Amino acid sequence: MARAVTNRRKAINTTIGWTIGLLMFFPILWILILSFKSEVDAIRGPLEVLSADWTLESYAAVQARSDYFKHFLNSVTIAVGSTFLGLLVAIPAAWAMAFVPGKQTKNVLMWMLSTKMLPPVGVLIPIYLIFRDVGLLDTRLGLVIVLMLINLPIIIWMLYTYFREIPGEILEAARMDGASLRDEVLYVLTPMAIPGMASTVLLNIILAWNEAFWTLNLTAAKAAPLTAFIASYSSPEGLFYAKLSAASVMAIAPILIMGWFSQKQLVRGLTFGAVK
Amino acid sequence: MKLKSALLAASALVSVTATAAHADEITIATVNNSDMIIMQELSSQWEEQTGHTIDWVVLEENVLRQRVTTDIATGSGSFDIITIGAYEAPIWGAQDWLVALDDLGDAYDYDDIFEPVRNGLSADGTLFAVPFYAESSFTFYRTDLFEAAGIAPPTEQITYEDFAEIAAQLHDPDNGIFGTCQRGKAGWGENMAFVGPMVNAFGGQWFDMDWNPTIDSPEWHAAITYYVDLMNNYGPPGASANGHNENRALFADGRCATWVDATSAAGYIYNPDESSVADTTGFFQAPMQVTDKGTGWFWAWALAIPTSSQNVDVAKEFLAWSTSADYVTLVGETKGWVAAPPGTRQSTYDNPAYTEAAPFADTVLNSILAANPADATLNPVPYTGVQFVAIPEFQGIGNYVGQQIAAALAGQQSVDEALANSQAFAEREMTRAGYIE
Repeated sequence: MARAVTNRRKAINTTIGWTIGLLMFFPILWILILSFKSEVDAIRGPLEVLSADWTLESYAAVQARSDYFKHFLNSVTIAVGSTFLGLLVAIPAAWAMAFVPGKQTKNVLMWMLSTKMLPPVGVLIPIYLIFRDVGLLDTRLGLVIVLMLINLPIIIWMLYTYFREIPGEILEAARMDGASLRDEVLYVLTPMAIPGMASTVLLNIILAWNEAFWTLNLTAAKAAPLTAFIASYSSPEGLFYAKLSAASVMAIAPILIMGWFSQKQLVRGLTFGAVK
Repeated sequence: MKLKSALLAASALVSVTATAAHADEITIATVNNSDMIIMQELSSQWEEQTGHTIDWVVLEENVLRQRVTTDIATGSGSFDIITIGAYEAPIWGAQDWLVALDDLGDAYDYDDIFEPVRNGLSADGTLFAVPFYAESSFTFYRTDLFEAAGIAPPTEQITYEDFAEIAAQLHDPDNGIFGTCQRGKAGWGENMAFVGPMVNAFGGQWFDMDWNPTIDSPEWHAAITYYVDLMNNYGPPGASANGHNENRALFADGRCATWVDATSAAGYIYNPDESSVADTTGFFQAPMQVTDKGTGWFWAWALAIPTSSQNVDVAKEFLAWSTSADYVTLVGETKGWVAAPPGTRQSTYDNPAYTEAAPFADTVLNSILAANPADATLNPVPYTGVQFVAIPEFQGIGNYVGQQIAAALAGQQSVDEALANSQAFAEREMTRAGYIE
């Protein structure tokens, strides 16, 4: 009897889980479907869309009109660059906060997190002026720096959480064995925190890849990543859903594939210590 | 011999360097519509002719506005040429954000550009943007449905009352035909582009001569009540979500008997590859009511040079090429005459190749020439603009009023509430901006 209830509950939970999952995935699925339809078919009702002929014409049009590879390369540089630059700053910061906390550590952490609550447009003009004066407008380096700064609180917070799970005694033991601070971080702490760091890297690459406010506002032609590539297919006049969908699929495909292959690490990292 | 070769190589290098020094790179920010895409394609010819190169930045209309505004306001010079509309050109020109474009040379033939278009892109008599294409609004109608219902196509401008009667006769939702499709999606460039000229027709206006908002006037009440009733009775379901693109698709799909919208959509509706009603569409003027002033809107997409540009001369060279009569001919000959940029130059309409390919040409021309942004209302007003008011504050006010009217159309509030809210918002904004106390 007890087993029957469990099974029924299991079935209900599975159904709810799949329903929510499919609902969340549906917009992406619909974009994928629209990208293989003609512009005229793409604006029809859902049933008509599904029964319409499949075509690659939107992909061909997007390929002919835009330099996808240039935007892709910019996205990779910006996402990977900002994440690793962020790690360089965040590892020592998280180490200090986790293992040698001071009186203000909690407050500093909260303050860092609070910067994420500031609407980005509030600091657009000051950052724009600074970038103009130092010649960083429309450069990949500029975007690497600004996205690193934006994601830094999240990187530090995540690493801080993972580091706190590592027993301080292990580090003490390393110190007693004569390990320097550098050795301690590089050879003891880092290997133990690899799952956490991997998920931090993955999450931040995804965040930087998808970031659209700064990447649209601080670039023009040269450093524009895939977000600008997508934006260029929205139109004030005429039909554009199919081409916009094709551009969106091309832009999200790399990160979707990366997320698919690394989902185990991602989930393991995100739930690190959660069931301890 | 070796010396001779070295000298030759050196001189070749010098000449290459000299040529490269004259070749500049310009950045053009533009929107993604068919005319601009054609310009992008054909611009390689200009690049070959001049040796200059172009970097294109194509953005969504609102993103482009925000991006370009930030760039100009901070003097950053990211763009050498920007695509702007008839709303921004006079405002930005008056603020010294744009380079004056009165000196593109005799060959440019300024007199060939229609006067209302030139005026719409000028501030204090100085031209600050050159038109790429211009449009007014008129009524698209289905000739086959009119004929079947025994309705004679209007030859004179009809009233909105007559228009509603026609829509009522043709409304046949059971067979998938709606009497009329009009913009309902909120936005100063969406539903307000239709509502603005309609309010003008009903004798209304945005502000009185002292800049007091007059959105709760009886004229606005009459116009918006008419609009909501018309759409609820004879429009497609969910009309408050339909903008230009949605209605354009509905009309092209044969779902609308009438549609008052941009003349520039005529080329699309007439293209049998994209429209199922290419052979059965006719045109007449946008309706009037108590006045015929300001009943068709005026809009132009234009190219301008921000004062922050570092390549003004090269940018001017490109503008002189891309908005010239020769460019119109180039588009006509390479992309088909129906794709030629409409509404800007007399020479386009004098060209038999164009008028043959575009049977709507005369109606479009008459609508554009009839649109007068300087005298678009029954009573005198302190502003210019037909469907917009050429002041920086209008964008915010227009968007808000658009939202209120869309909510009334969707049945979420009454017309009275929508107009009372709009009036209060406009008063607050105009007080804040210092127009009124």
